[in-house]
Amino acid sequence: MEFFERFAIPHPSPIIYASMVAIGITLLAIVAGLTFFKKWGYLWREWLTTVDHKRIGIMYLISALLMLFRGGVDALMMRAQLATPDAQLLDSQHYNEIFTTHGVVMIIFMAMAFIIALMNFVVPLQIGARDVAFPRLNALSFWLYFMGAMLFNLSFVIGGSPSSGWTSYFPLAGNEFSPSVGTNYYMIAIQIAGIGTLITGINFIVTILKMRAPGMKLMKMPMFTWSALITNLIITFAFPVLTVALAMGTMDRLFGTQFFTTGNGGMDMLWANLFWVWGHPEVYILVLPAFGVYSEIISTFARRNLYGYKSMVASMVIISVLSFVVWVHHFFTMGQGAMVNSIFSITTMAIAVPTGIKIFNWLFTLYKGSIRFTVPMMYSLGFLPIFTIGGVTGVMLGMSAADYQYHNTMFLVAHFHLVIIPGVVFAMLAGLTYWWPKMFGFMLNERIGKWAFWFISIGTCVAFFPMFISGLDGQARRMYTYSESTGFGFWNMLSFAGAVMLAIGFIIIVYNIYYSTRYASRDIGSDPWDARSLEWATSTPVPEYNFAEVPQVNSSEAFWDSKYNGHKLFSGKLKEIHMPNNSGVPFIMSSLFFVLGFSFIFSIWIGVAIALLGIVACLVHRSFEQDHGYHIPVEEIEKTESELRGGK
Amino acid sequence: MKLDHSQPLEYSSEQGRLNILGFWIFIGAEIMLFGTLFASYFTLEGRHGSGPSGAEIFELSPVLIETILLLTSSFTVGLAVHAMRLKNKKAMMTFFIITLVLGAGFLSMEIYEFNHYIHEGAGITVSAFTSALLTTIGTHGLHVTLGLFWGLFILIQVAKRGFTPETANKSFIFSLYWHFLDVVWIFIFSFIYLKGMM
Amino acid sequence: MKIKWMILAAILTVLTVLTGCEPLAVLDPKGPQAQTQADVILLSIGIMSFIVIAVFAILIFMLVKYRASKQPEDYKPPHIEGNVWVEAICVGIPVLIVAYLSFVSVESNYKVEATPEGYDEEPLVVYASSSDWKWHFSYPEENIETMNYLYVPTDRPLEFRLYSYGPISAFWVPQLGGQKYAMSDMVTTLHLAADVPGEYSGRNANFSGEGFAEQTFNVNAVSPDEFDEWVEEVQTTADPITEDKFEELLEPGHLGQQTFTGTHLEFMPAPEGEHGGHNHGGDSEESHDEHSDHSDEEHSDHSEQDHEH
Repeated sequence: MEFFERFAIPHPSPIIYASMVAIGITLLAIVAGLTFFKKWGYLWREWLTTVDHKRIGIMYLISALLMLFRGGVDALMMRAQLATPDAQLLDSQHYNEIFTTHGVVMIIFMAMAFIIALMNFVVPLQIGARDVAFPRLNALSFWLYFMGAMLFNLSFVIGGSPSSGWTSYFPLAGNEFSPSVGTNYYMIAIQIAGIGTLITGINFIVTILKMRAPGMKLMKMPMFTWSALITNLIITFAFPVLTVALAMGTMDRLFGTQFFTTGNGGMDMLWANLFWVWGHPEVYILVLPAFGVYSEIISTFARRNLYGYKSMVASMVIISVLSFVVWVHHFFTMGQGAMVNSIFSITTMAIAVPTGIKIFNWLFTLYKGSIRFTVPMMYSLGFLPIFTIGGVTGVMLGMSAADYQYHNTMFLVAHFHLVIIPGVVFAMLAGLTYWWPKMFGFMLNERIGKWAFWFISIGTCVAFFPMFISGLDGQARRMYTYSESTGFGFWNMLSFAGAVMLAIGFIIIVYNIYYSTRYASRDIGSDPWDARSLEWATSTPVPEYNFAEVPQVNSSEAFWDSKYNGHKLFSGKLKEIHMPNNSGVPFIMSSLFFVLGFSFIFSIWIGVAIALLGIVACLVHRSFEQDHGYHIPVEEIEKTESELRGGK
Repeated sequence: MKLDHSQPLEYSSEQGRLNILGFWIFIGAEIMLFGTLFASYFTLEGRHGSGPSGAEIFELSPVLIETILLLTSSFTVGLAVHAMRLKNKKAMMTFFIITLVLGAGFLSMEIYEFNHYIHEGAGITVSAFTSALLTTIGTHGLHVTLGLFWGLFILIQVAKRGFTPETANKSFIFSLYWHFLDVVWIFIFSFIYLKGMM
Repeated sequence: MKIKWMILAAILTVLTVLTGCEPLAVLDPKGPQAQTQADVILLSIGIMSFIVIAVFAILIFMLVKYRASKQPEDYKPPHIEGNVWVEAICVGIPVLIVAYLSFVSVESNYKVEATPEGYDEEPLVVYASSSDWKWHFSYPEENIETMNYLYVPTDRPLEFRLYSYGPISAFWVPQLGGQKYAMSDMVTTLHLAADVPGEYSGRNANFSGEGFAEQTFNVNAVSPDEFDEWVEEVQTTADPITEDKFEELLEPGHLGQQTFTGTHLEFMPAPEGEHGGHNHGGDSEESHDEHSDHSDEEHSDHSEQDHEH
């Protein structure tokens, strides 16, 4: 019996039972649907085994959107609970689980997946490549991420969710204070997804460094590709730190090591340091690609080249370096003294300088432009003011003495949401709308999209500005309730109203996807926005080999130059194209990682052993396999191309 | 497949060149991984709790033997790659086998050493110091173990398929990996053992 | 356009609230440290508003002037690479602002990390330790201990020595000054002082599990004479604290305010000096002087930093 007790939810409630039923029904519906429509083979051949960067990008996108809704429901529940003083909607334990999963899901499984989705789809097209450097590793990255995400979400119904915050500080996250398996889920699910992310990092660095079209020197890369390159460099150097920290945390919880314990020399502060040595660069991993997206969109819809290309690149490089030397600002209050705090206070505020350059460059890109207010552009223009407010409050938080008052309060919560939502979520929605026609062959409805934009941007302001005030009035973050006498009630009710507006905004986006899928015109050509960079030089839909012929590049806006300045992208001579084969191994191996992770979480050692053997078998298979891919002959390329042209 | 014959065999294919650059970047990530382990070790080094300190458990001779074995194996894997460039399959395989045998010797010494620590009352759960020590060295040991199997598979492929752009590429990348493990060991030897014994 | 005005309106609301109508705890300081912090906060809000307004102004100008609907049909935007002078200004002004703020930040940080100046008396030392989900306050000089409430004299520096019997907590009395962590393996020091008598609310600000929301305490700042009276009263009326009793108090849960004579420091010393987390049972090569909390505090993160770079 004892064996099975571990799988029970330690703290059940109707919501959890309802989710169990919902998950069960959804799974059954998926299986039944696939069987009924005889789509198992299609699913396996076209998606589960694909190594095509475009399809992997789309799978990342779908997963990210699903996770956005999971995290969004968490957020709504939190705001609903706090909307009134002494509310009884959630109890403390549930509230703690929900803010923990909200943080983890939104950062690791939503935002990361969203930026990697866009990088996957766009970067190879932007640099004129056929695929990424290691297509099969790319599939492995996705499936590891996906399995990590599924594993983490499973915690809600099997064994209980983690409840010690997305930062999971020890000793709170240790066995003594978190005896349920929740924190094991945290440690292991993030570890699995993190390995996937690290592989992505390596893959994209090689892709961008080695696979650019002829003529595309580094300083002629589109800005989104530049941001992707720098982001992946940060990933490669930051994620190993997380890997080690999570491994130590796992060992403390499962094997009784003493890294972060309270006795025998363990040091809880080490976790905080390691976590934030990864955690702060992570913030820039999220926001730099977003900056890249904005650079593309603002210059497209201002119909002007990006202002200050070189300083844009330089500022990203400086940000990436500084991002590794500011982590202490996450715990100025840990008692490291005035000296250390002063140093990190200065490095922190210094980041404002390169970020400021970027803001001004975007503003000057509008100068003498011809601004079209499309949905992607509106998100970009909404980003500028809201992000500026989020950013300057960051400088305020960087002043260490004042931070003693802001730390752990709603002021901090307001700050990072006002940075991440305009900085990442707006960018992802903008990028989604912008590249949607290239991905799916039709455009999202502009009118509905603008409604969503207004709801989301006003909702963001209404939800988070009040937190500055309640924070300065002494409302600590992560409190599941507060008494009426504190006077926080009004501000929290306002936040709840903003959260509801945000929710409505996202529902409108879903409706827009549905509406546009049904009614939008499929006759949009390959360049509906009159854009500037190479991805728009491909046909729509993009054939599996991307470019029939590798383009010749002369500037960072080669496609624009080919349209208006007489640059010749293609010579017209086709050659046969080498393509990688599909493979089921990444999916199978990642599934084994899922089994491995699950067995670790519940200390089922036989499962660990079996899964490990399976993983080793996959690796051995890969080592001995000889896979030279296949070639697409010229006649077939010609046929595909003429069909695509004819389809216009 | 297009081959560039002006380059050594392992660099001759496009995919081969990508693999080598990718592996260098992977080594960059590995440096961060071991860097973090070292940083944690140095932070926890003096925190013995009720367990023994480094000076009490470290023994010079097994560690010295391990060092010699691993350094030599790094040299022989270099010879193996040299032999590969000279297209001497037999010499390459011989040096490769010597490398793996030396690696296995290193690993068995390390297992002996770990056993010794556990006997001395310095198991991984005893104190923050022992946790950090055994995790850092153990991570290196795990890398060596993986390397042994990986090397073995490459050896089999070279034996069966001879020198092709793929097998040459794999062997070369393996040698990078093995040299890297050697460098990490030099750090472990100097900054964990020697420093700990002083 | 609407959004810009709404944001402006929102900022104005924020500023109005910050500057007047209803005093927010952090901006209603009752002691020198909180005063320093409130000054820094207001100063930075002022400077930052300037930047925000500048960005908004440029953005609104661009959007009004260069929208496509106002341009002729055949207007072709020019190609502009960038201008060294414009970019130098975009770098220069932020650098100056950041340099000035860095100066303020460093200066204020040294201020809040030191015993407040201008008081004649020696600081009152109080050991504040958290356990799930309570605060224990030990007055070693007065030899008394309270739980979940504090009495402190006004016009005398206060020196809180913080540590925890469980998860990391943060001791925070917004009107007296910012927070600091209480951790299980070392003691951190928070310097405060109260200038105005009154009752202030304090809490644990760092999430510590299920009972976190209710982990609060009251601070009664009273005149030195009243404080002495209170101490005397406690010494004569309260029961002594024993090891068994204290162990009972450490059990997770919520307990009301309690008062004892004696302190738990006698049988369960704070993790400082030879009792620090560095030295649990091990040899004490790193042992610190009993009172040099600063060296103790600075130890942990220095080592981290050095190795990461």
